[in-house]
Amino acid sequence: MSFKLFSLLVQASVWTIGISAISIGLGFLIALGLSAALLSGKALYRRPAEFFISFFRGVPLLVQLLLIYNLLPFIGLNVPSIVAAIVGMSLCTAAYQAENLRGGFESVPKGLIEAADMVGFSPRQVFLRIKVPIALRLTFPALVNEAIMILKSSSLVSVVGIVEITRMAQDLASSTYMPIEIFSSAALIYLVICWAVALAGRYGERSLPGAAK
Amino acid sequence: MIFDPNVILKHLPEIISGTGVTLALWIAGMLLGILIGFVVATLRRYGGRLLDVPLGLAVEVLRGTPFLIQIFLVYYGGPFIGISLDPIPCGLLGLSIYAAAYYSEIFRAGYASVPHGHVEAGECLGLTRFQIIRRILLPEMALIVLPPSVNLAVILLKESAVLSIITVPELTTTVSAIGSQEYAFLEAIFLLAIIYWVIVEAAARLGRLAETRLSTFRFAAS
Repeated sequence: MSFKLFSLLVQASVWTIGISAISIGLGFLIALGLSAALLSGKALYRRPAEFFISFFRGVPLLVQLLLIYNLLPFIGLNVPSIVAAIVGMSLCTAAYQAENLRGGFESVPKGLIEAADMVGFSPRQVFLRIKVPIALRLTFPALVNEAIMILKSSSLVSVVGIVEITRMAQDLASSTYMPIEIFSSAALIYLVICWAVALAGRYGERSLPGAAK
Repeated sequence: MIFDPNVILKHLPEIISGTGVTLALWIAGMLLGILIGFVVATLRRYGGRLLDVPLGLAVEVLRGTPFLIQIFLVYYGGPFIGISLDPIPCGLLGLSIYAAAYYSEIFRAGYASVPHGHVEAGECLGLTRFQIIRRILLPEMALIVLPPSVNLAVILLKESAVLSIITVPELTTTVSAIGSQEYAFLEAIFLLAIIYWVIVEAAARLGRLAETRLSTFRFAAS
């Protein structure tokens, strides 16, 4: 397989990485809201959040993407397919990340919160200075895992016509009749990206404050 | 958009057959995956470095690449090395191997979770390796491996939707085809989402039930 074909795949990986990164970021913001709703203790907020999470965790991402891709134009939003892809992936990862965050917030030791209360922290300070940092620290490994899952799942946005690694590989395979070489190369590129994220995650975990020594 | 239930009724046999293909592929893929995964984990534990290193590498590759790419490699690449498979066997093969990689990691963690003293106790009593696996390791790790196994089962069910891309006549393929045929694509995809949602919820509940059953059994036994 020529260098030119391989470099086309590498160029397409910019889309894979970009879409995944944006989705993880947006998903994280949505997940913050969802986990707040889950932990609010009010059924009015909790129920819809639970419904959302159950749906997006219970339906295949491929079906979600098809749904959003067809739903957005139907409700009058004629957006490019890249937007549909990012919306779909963000909502999906938000559901998973919300569960992680909820777990993180729930495992903040009670004693720390009580201690902060005792020394006169306001509820707002307790939240921002105690709960959030500890919960984020606890959920960091799960976030890295989710990022890797999303990188792999992003191959599905090829069905809505976005030329990321998988779609590029499909196009090249059908035009060159070298599916084994092309798809193996695509697999290799995914592998390298996933390993890089895993490595960065491990490094991040060690260098974050409060790492296990 | 007016949702017409008659469309669903008219295509009910196809929807049922698509659901059947999805369920059959899922269960067969899962069982084969558990079997191969267990063998892989056992070989990696007892087979020495010569088996552990290559198998570990294969597991890493399978876990680090998208399922869709693996399927494309088998489906489009297979014929070039003399393996021409129809969509259904190809899907089953892909799903089983994908599942095996993840199940082998679950079993590896399961093996590691059994206290070493229990294995040594078995050795002292003169149990063979096979007896140690069957009488000590497997029962002790059952409770540890069940929750991640149920989780993985749900993931596999959802991954099986990807097989529609290589035209396996499963649920996603069938229902979206009905959608385009009836000019009601959006409704069809909604229906599709709901069917998956119901199956996933049912599977998750069944898994939780099994966990409770197994944990009470363990409690009574100890």
